[in-house]
Amino acid sequence: MLDIFLSLLILIGAAFTLIGSLGLLRLRDFYSRLHAPTKATTLGVGSLLIASAIFFSHQDDGLSLHEVLVTLFLFITAPVGAHLMAKAALHLRLQSLAKLPEDGLLDGESCDKHIASNAVEDSDKPS
Amino acid sequence: MITTALYIAFGLVSTALLLSFWRLLRGPSQPDRILALDTLYVNTVALLVLLGIHLGSNLYFEAALLIAMIGFVSTFALSKFITRGDIIE
Amino acid sequence: MSRLLPHPLLSAILVLIWLLLVNQISFGHLLLGLILGWAVPLYTARFWPDEVHVRSPMQLMRFVFIVLYDILVANIAVAGLILGRQEKLKPAFLILPLRLKNDVAISILANTISLTPGTVSANLSADRSCLIIHSLHADNPDEILETIRERYETPLKEILDS
Repeated sequence: MLDIFLSLLILIGAAFTLIGSLGLLRLRDFYSRLHAPTKATTLGVGSLLIASAIFFSHQDDGLSLHEVLVTLFLFITAPVGAHLMAKAALHLRLQSLAKLPEDGLLDGESCDKHIASNAVEDSDKPS
Repeated sequence: MITTALYIAFGLVSTALLLSFWRLLRGPSQPDRILALDTLYVNTVALLVLLGIHLGSNLYFEAALLIAMIGFVSTFALSKFITRGDIIE
Repeated sequence: MSRLLPHPLLSAILVLIWLLLVNQISFGHLLLGLILGWAVPLYTARFWPDEVHVRSPMQLMRFVFIVLYDILVANIAVAGLILGRQEKLKPAFLILPLRLKNDVAISILANTISLTPGTVSANLSADRSCLIIHSLHADNPDEILETIRERYETPLKEILDS
């Protein structure tokens, strides 16, 4: 029973890791490609690490929890890395399928006047 | 049962590594290459975890943790270098 | 807080991380962890910005579970988009005006956005008043912004922002 569950976790993890890299290959512009590894890979490696935690807890008859540390680390760093890479790409004004935000917004202007031109109408709705 | 799953998983993750490596070689822009490196290190962590389960050894976790840390720092440094032209200001 | 123990929460987290790192609980390791948990915040006190007040831990737990559930859904949704036809995708940049003021709260919101359905936070304006988000498939941009506001920003404002 445990064997089946572990095998399933390992296969799901590996499959998501592969899908993440497949996205790197298939998606058509940089900003879209950014989505694939940061999402698919965190869940992929996450479930592999959970499988490993269960496996070693079962094998060594003691709780093995340091895998949680790696999982936590990846979950915290993945979005930070993605944010930095997106920022670097926006700095280079890397062209994409989507229309880039206006230059002023990227150079640190206040965005009040940009919101007016954007399609967001309920920005100051009371909470 | 687990052994079979592990062998399939080795195949899948290795394919993932190759695909990321292809993106690293192909580019076409600098951020694309950074992203490929980022994916490569996460895939390596996955491969190390699988190897740890396969060999039944706890030792590979330290390696996985170290690669995750160094990988994050290098992604950070490379992105910072592109944004600012400098890493430590 | 006091000068001897500037960040109690950070200290507690450090002790926990040390115990996880050595992967066993014994008196020696607990002692070493406590010493590290006391010394590290003391020597890095200047590096940490203002203290964070978590107003309701229960709500924080609820927020964490919502985010974990969304990550699971996000992964399956993004996997579907990757495997599907690429021509159908409509990526777009969205601008989210921020109601949060606290730095830590803004960081957590940006990270949450990156982890959940088809969105990555790309840039924060210099005056911290809005966040540029890239969406992988934006059929209805207003709906995405509204979901982010309701699901993540409002709870975060209640939990952290004073």
